[in-house]
Amino acid sequence: MVNSSTSQDSHTDPALIHINDLGFSYNQGKTETIKGVSLNCPEKQVTAFIGPSGCGKSTLLRCINRMNDLVETSKITRGSISIMGQDINAPDVDAIELRKQVGMVFQKYNPFPKSIYENVAYGLRIQGIKNKSSLDEAVERALKGAALWDEVKDRLKESALGLSGGQQQRLCIARTTAVRPKVILMDEPCSALDPIATAKVEELITDLRRDFTIVIVTHSMQQASRISDNTAFFYLGELVEYGATDKIFSNPSVQQTEDYISGRFG
Amino acid sequence: MSESINPSAAQSDNPFKQKKGWLQRKEKIGINLLRLATYIIIACALFIFSDIFIKGMPTLVTSEVPYINTEFFTESPQILTVWHDSAGNEYSMTQEKYDIWLTENPTIEVTDIHNYTASGGGILGPLLGTALLVTICMAIALFIGVSAAIYLSEYCGTGKLMSLIRLAILNLAGVPSIVYALFGWGVFCYMAPNYVTEISDRSLFAFSIGGGYISFEGWEQSLLAGGCTLAIMVLPVIITACEESLRAVPKGFREAAFALGATRWQTIRTAVLPYALPGVLTASVLGITRVAGETAPIMLTAAASDKSKLPTAVLADEGFWSFLTQSVQALPFHIYTLAKFPDSEYVKPMQYGSILVFLLVVMGFSLLSMVLRSRIRKRIKW
Repeated sequence: MVNSSTSQDSHTDPALIHINDLGFSYNQGKTETIKGVSLNCPEKQVTAFIGPSGCGKSTLLRCINRMNDLVETSKITRGSISIMGQDINAPDVDAIELRKQVGMVFQKYNPFPKSIYENVAYGLRIQGIKNKSSLDEAVERALKGAALWDEVKDRLKESALGLSGGQQQRLCIARTTAVRPKVILMDEPCSALDPIATAKVEELITDLRRDFTIVIVTHSMQQASRISDNTAFFYLGELVEYGATDKIFSNPSVQQTEDYISGRFG
Repeated sequence: MSESINPSAAQSDNPFKQKKGWLQRKEKIGINLLRLATYIIIACALFIFSDIFIKGMPTLVTSEVPYINTEFFTESPQILTVWHDSAGNEYSMTQEKYDIWLTENPTIEVTDIHNYTASGGGILGPLLGTALLVTICMAIALFIGVSAAIYLSEYCGTGKLMSLIRLAILNLAGVPSIVYALFGWGVFCYMAPNYVTEISDRSLFAFSIGGGYISFEGWEQSLLAGGCTLAIMVLPVIITACEESLRAVPKGFREAAFALGATRWQTIRTAVLPYALPGVLTASVLGITRVAGETAPIMLTAAASDKSKLPTAVLADEGFWSFLTQSVQALPFHIYTLAKFPDSEYVKPMQYGSILVFLLVVMGFSLLSMVLRSRIRKRIKW
């Protein structure tokens, strides 16, 4: 558990992400996958989304950087999300610019079949940065930040696919941090990893918290209790309970949350 | 206590003894039928290949160094003249050599002269023509096909209209080649815009530009018309195959690129196309095999059965536009021309030689695509 000084009532903290009564549908509004969720994610803290499969936690995560735009029939049915005070679904917001500030790490680690160096530099290259020395510097910084530098510094030109699963996932995190986003969204980043690799990624997330605001979806309640400051429990597209992680895990106010955390359902 | 539903079997010498009955016989008959069908196919293929190989090989090779019939590969088809002299000796030479022979031997009386079209000389013209047609066709088809495939797989959605378009493209692949041939004949040979100094009677529409006219009177039977017709014919195959290889690129690559703030085109260019390229390549090699073998479209839109000047010589002498709008010889059409003399022993070497070369070229491309595909399968692990 993270130090409790920052995890007071998170609703009063200066929040970076405001989600206000958000409704979301995958089928043009016929049925809602997310049904009126409101929560705030404080800056430079880790917010965990937990809940049984199909509860809408990954969908909500993908709303935060508008990855759901790629699903043709998706639609925000009500409410809003604002990041740094800006409504991200406003007509003058470019999803491309948004995603440069709100990065994402996926469930299945997905490095490109390129060299380790090129993977980390990818985000910078597509932003048009060509200068070799600034790329080198950014790659080194990102890899150091992802605690991967010492393991790969001698094989930067080798294929990223030669790394172990845990290393590949940390490489993906480095790829995301290299473009210096404000927010990093993580969609079950450890679900394809073994316990040792998971421990390393969790350690990394705790480190990254100094520089980034992190929202993480996880199936593992132990993981949520270990790494997050705030935890939101979702069930069937609704937010059941949201609060400081200590409180959610030690003294939840809703019976359903307690049942889920203690393993009685889900 | 009730009786066991699975009583212990009565002891016999072999409890698993093979039974003989209708079921067992049916099994055997079935297997042998399937085996027979397979053997028939293999026998057909073996017969065709060995017949062509045995009869065609003597045309391609010689008994002396360099062991390859250079004349066959460095000369274009010419008229073969066969004649007898008064002593009853038989001669067979190309018409040109016959004329020379005549001037050299003015005293010998010549009887029984026969001419055979395109049966002397070599196949350089048709080979070059086919290569050029395929090149032009693939350049056009790959550009349009890959672009369309990218649009279909990456940009447009999955609505009803789009499924209809996909279905239409798939159906186009099944249209007989003679239909494409006639279409290309009508459109490219008689309607396409051409730059001319004098407007022809059949011009649909013309306007003057510079010193000449742009006239919609077509390119006649030409390299360009043939290439375009073949390109349209092979487009459905290329679009479908490219779309498939684009879809085979893992979704994770696209998501990762988008999540890093890449635009759609950046994502396609850097995270999709490079990984779909091997598939596109295989598809285009298969397309080449198909296009190279087509006869009907080439006959109607591009072919000259007899042509003395090589296409490359036209390029050197008359410039690029004349090069594109010249008619060319092509290997399949050359073979078709030769097929008019089914039983002539004088034509046979040319027939079998041409067919063998054609077969080897097409088989070479098929083999290339197979090798490419297996190498891709080995390399890709995501």
